[in-house]
Amino acid sequence: MIKAILIFNNHGKPRLSKFYQPYSEDTQQQIIRETFHLVSKRDENVCNFLEGGLLIGGSDNKLIYRHYATLYFVFCVDSSESELGILDLIQVFVETLDKCFENVCELDLIFHVDKVHNILAKMVMGGMVLETNMNEIVTQIDAQNKLEKSEAGLAGAPARAVSAVKNMNLPEIPRNINIGDISIKVPNLPSFK
Amino acid sequence: MSHTKPYIRKKAVLIMYKVFLKYPESLRPAFPRLKEKLEDPDPGVQSAAVNVICELARRNPKNYLSLAPLFFKLMTSSTNNWVLIKIIKLFGALTPLEPRLGKKLIEPLTNLIHSTSAMSLLYECVNTVIAVLISLSSGMPNHSASIQLCVQKLRILIEDSDQNLKYLGLLAMSKILRTHPKSVQAHKDLVLQCLDDKDESIRLRALDLLYGMVSKKNLVEIVKKLMSHVDKAEGTTYRDELLTKIIDICSQCNYQHVTNFQWYISVLVELTRLEGTRHGHLIAAQMLDVAIRVRAIRKFAVSQMSALLDSAHLVASSTQRSGICEVLYAAAWICGEFSEHLQEPHQTLEAMLRPKVTTLPGHIQAVYVQNVVKLYASILQQKEQAAEPEAAQDVTQLMVDRLPQFVQSADLEVQERASCILQLVKHIQKLQAKDVPVAEEVSALFAGELNPVAPKAQKKVPVPEGLDLDAWINEPPSDSESEDEKPKGIFHEEEQRHAKQQLPEADEEELARRREARKQEQANNPFYIKSSPSPQKRYQDMPGVEHIPVVQIDLSVPLKVPGMPMSDQYVKLEEERRHRQRLEKDRKKKKKKDKEKKGKPRRHGSLHTESDEDITPAQQVDIVTEEMPENALPSDEDDKDPNDPYRALDIDLDKPLADSEKLPVQKHRNVDNSKSADKEDVPVVEKKMKKPKKKEKKHREKEREEKGKEGEDLDFWLSTTPLPAAAPALEEPEVNAVITAPKEEGEEPRREEEDDDSERDPEKKSSKRKKKKHKKEKEERSKDKKKSKKKKPPSDKAAEPVENGALDEEPLPPMSSYCLLAENSYIRMTYDIQGSLQKDSQVTVSVVLENQSCSFLKNMELNVLDSLNTKLARPEGSSVHDGVPVPFQLPPGISNEAQFVFTIQSIVMAQKLKGTLSFIAKNDEGSTHEKLDFKLHFSCTSYLVTTPCYSDAFAKLLESGDLSMSSIKVDGISMSFQNLLAKICFHHHFSVVERVDSCASMYSRSIQGHHVCLLMKKGEKSVSIDGKCSDSTLLSNLLEELKATLAKC
Repeated sequence: MIKAILIFNNHGKPRLSKFYQPYSEDTQQQIIRETFHLVSKRDENVCNFLEGGLLIGGSDNKLIYRHYATLYFVFCVDSSESELGILDLIQVFVETLDKCFENVCELDLIFHVDKVHNILAKMVMGGMVLETNMNEIVTQIDAQNKLEKSEAGLAGAPARAVSAVKNMNLPEIPRNINIGDISIKVPNLPSFK
Repeated sequence: MSHTKPYIRKKAVLIMYKVFLKYPESLRPAFPRLKEKLEDPDPGVQSAAVNVICELARRNPKNYLSLAPLFFKLMTSSTNNWVLIKIIKLFGALTPLEPRLGKKLIEPLTNLIHSTSAMSLLYECVNTVIAVLISLSSGMPNHSASIQLCVQKLRILIEDSDQNLKYLGLLAMSKILRTHPKSVQAHKDLVLQCLDDKDESIRLRALDLLYGMVSKKNLVEIVKKLMSHVDKAEGTTYRDELLTKIIDICSQCNYQHVTNFQWYISVLVELTRLEGTRHGHLIAAQMLDVAIRVRAIRKFAVSQMSALLDSAHLVASSTQRSGICEVLYAAAWICGEFSEHLQEPHQTLEAMLRPKVTTLPGHIQAVYVQNVVKLYASILQQKEQAAEPEAAQDVTQLMVDRLPQFVQSADLEVQERASCILQLVKHIQKLQAKDVPVAEEVSALFAGELNPVAPKAQKKVPVPEGLDLDAWINEPPSDSESEDEKPKGIFHEEEQRHAKQQLPEADEEELARRREARKQEQANNPFYIKSSPSPQKRYQDMPGVEHIPVVQIDLSVPLKVPGMPMSDQYVKLEEERRHRQRLEKDRKKKKKKDKEKKGKPRRHGSLHTESDEDITPAQQVDIVTEEMPENALPSDEDDKDPNDPYRALDIDLDKPLADSEKLPVQKHRNVDNSKSADKEDVPVVEKKMKKPKKKEKKHREKEREEKGKEGEDLDFWLSTTPLPAAAPALEEPEVNAVITAPKEEGEEPRREEEDDDSERDPEKKSSKRKKKKHKKEKEERSKDKKKSKKKKPPSDKAAEPVENGALDEEPLPPMSSYCLLAENSYIRMTYDIQGSLQKDSQVTVSVVLENQSCSFLKNMELNVLDSLNTKLARPEGSSVHDGVPVPFQLPPGISNEAQFVFTIQSIVMAQKLKGTLSFIAKNDEGSTHEKLDFKLHFSCTSYLVTTPCYSDAFAKLLESGDLSMSSIKVDGISMSFQNLLAKICFHHHFSVVERVDSCASMYSRSIQGHHVCLLMKKGEKSVSIDGKCSDSTLLSNLLEELKATLAKC
């Protein structure tokens, strides 16, 4: 089972943290700090596994991490997960992120917190791996985005119409329009506020 | 779980696990469904079900044995590596319970090992095969073949350049090692090679492996290698780890691999030279252990220890780190206890009485004091036997001289012992003066041998029948009994004496019972290695002692080595010895002898005597498999944590379902209801837990906001003080404008009056002068202003990057936020719009009017056509159609700035207002009334106020999720990111929150409190901006404006 997923940058600033076991906020912070200290000390060319930190669960746990440019992706898992499998999973996660936000960058994680969590929820649920196929995840996300857009389109339509009218910036609304003999009574338009 | 969409099904399956954890009762009724899902057509659902069952089975594997055939089918059919790994892991957990399963598994697993290309799968297969093999009883035909296969594959893993594989390979190796050490030992070279790896975790793994690989033959070699690593190692943690490993390796299985204890002692002594290790006490314990239990080594040990005591480096280091000086504890004790082996006891005594000793920690000093007396006793004995009363008196004098330094010790224990002993020695001195032989009595103080006793032995002594431990016993002899058996019971030597005197009081019955208990204990206790029949020994006459095997080893070699010992020296000795032994063995082959006990051939053989003290037979007592008294209670029962949530899931799933538990399968709704009820319950609990957190968060946010406001207030305050330099650099241009304008406004009316006067009578010469003066003044002032304006842009350049927290990569082009409003031959109008956070529905439009003609411009009046949304704030009492007079006049070539306040209701959209500036242009030919029409553009940007934002607050804001989001992308941009960023920040009133390479997040706030967050990313030729804002219309309009700005770049 996956106990926690932590993402922080090279300076130890947490970018995303997801715990699949209840911890108090203080403990979470402490775990992140400790994990960062453990992970940041390591060279680039050493192995990606670390015997678990003291805070999460103890000896049964391992930290499995990958370092991409400015970010560390750390998964804390227990012995029921395959180490290499998790490494692959991290890779899938990162590639999925890259697909969803083109040219993914550290700040995307902050800016699109909701989406990142959404993607993560598609892959890992309650500490168990739900889906490992990147294409499957991406299609799901795309479908969801489409749905969101259509909903946003519906919701946004009236607002856009109003703004269009307002933009006309008519100094005075003509009450009567006379075209030849036909006179059309224009009803009072409600004022826009 | 029976939804038509696989996506929903698979999520439902996973959720079941959490439901099971919370409501273990639900497992039984729901399990059949879960089982069904294993055969779901969708692979995703399958893998989810496998996942859940694996998690469940990890806790209580035996309940899931019945699923094995199903999994077996899945394993052979599935192609998804992830599922395969999970299943294989599950089998790994199942096999220990059902050996037959293992037999069946081996074949497909080996097939997989051969066929798969995925390393992860390969590794898991190997792992499970190992687990299977461990569970299998040995002697299977293909047993060794598969082990060979595993080891061979692992070797490939370890030899791989990928550190991850190497690590895992070593990890798996160590699992094999536990059951099949021989097959791993073949790869010793590889492991030793890994020890040189630069990766610490790999080195640690290799160390673990080494632990199992040592044998009598390679121990010396391996430890030598480790020692060299100890010297090289930089990190203290790793060095400490090495140290403990060396000691572990040597002492494992009761020193079964150590053939030469001289070598071992010298290794230990060498280890003491390590700086700053934390394991001083470990080394000390080893020294004590070896010295006590290996009788033959005592002489050598004592000589080494006295050398240690003599050398000053340990004492010196004690002041800095208390780690290694622990060794002195052992050294002092060994020297004291086995003082009869000392070559130069007098010298050692002096070493122990050095004043520097008082810097040692208290407990070590205490041991020093105690052992000084032991040493003293033995010296006295020697001297008296040699009939040298003067020498004896000298020693006594030395004691009397030096002991007071301990009496002053801050440590109570040391103080007590020292004063006690000082008095004793003084008494002895008196007796010596009378020529009374005292040595006998003094040495009687320390008579008696200490036997090593298993640490648990005391606990294991069964309570004799009829002995109520809680009842009060008159005399507590049972205490003293155990005390004189404890190997480290040195502190109790004195008390022991008193206890002994009490002992005879014990009645016969009690004695008999104790004897019985002791006999039983000794029979059960494998640690009764030796017990030499010393005359002072109290149990010497007891029945049962004779049963203890006594190995007498005579040592005929003088072992004194001058100075610090080097273990290498002993390695050589050891090699020599082995060589000789081999020769001897050859010789002895003729005689058929029992060679199991190596001690025997040596005892018979008179040829090799030197440094040969192979006492392994005496030492082959196994600590690990220590026997327990028959009625000792097994103590491992309570290992399981009763609070373990997984324990609740230990439910027998094979039991037929009771009626009450059965789910009404046909009625789908019912099932759903009960499930949804379960599901609902869980979130409620979670919600409850979350609520306070949310509140906290809100509270914090509020605080932060307040802080932010304070900060803004401060900014505002700063901006109104006449010290613009103190204001944030970005705001500088605007701030300056604001400051200069009011001043002018304040002064101008006065001047105007004067001017007006002069204008009324332009022919008046005196006033003309005045006017000229004024003009000059004005010119000067405006020049100053212009200068200052010109100066400002460079200061922007310098200040901005600092503000934005970015490196100044290249000089930024000068920027001005003023843009053209309207222009004709007379006048040029440029304007800028600023809002402030204090007034949520007002913006200030600063219009710079520049006279481009040679005529004098006066009576300027600005008027705009108000819209419903935006209105010009006019002086009180004037109507909507009146203009607002510009409070100054413009001579030719002069420019000045006027400010107008507009009130706005909605700021989510950009607006354009039509307006007119009317003025009278006056030149030599006369004056004309002129008009200039303009369109005032209120962009959305103009409603934004640059507000700094901390990244934490920024993240919180985005996390809250109530911002709508939109994005744009602009292609064909060649400007550097740095410039782009500065441009957007400047023109659109944003502040950079964070920047990483060519990606930056920005923040701004509208005057009505809308949060606007931007994420700008630059690709090869394009820039994409994602925005989030509390108002979607505002955001989309803003992004359009940004797009327009970017398009110009």
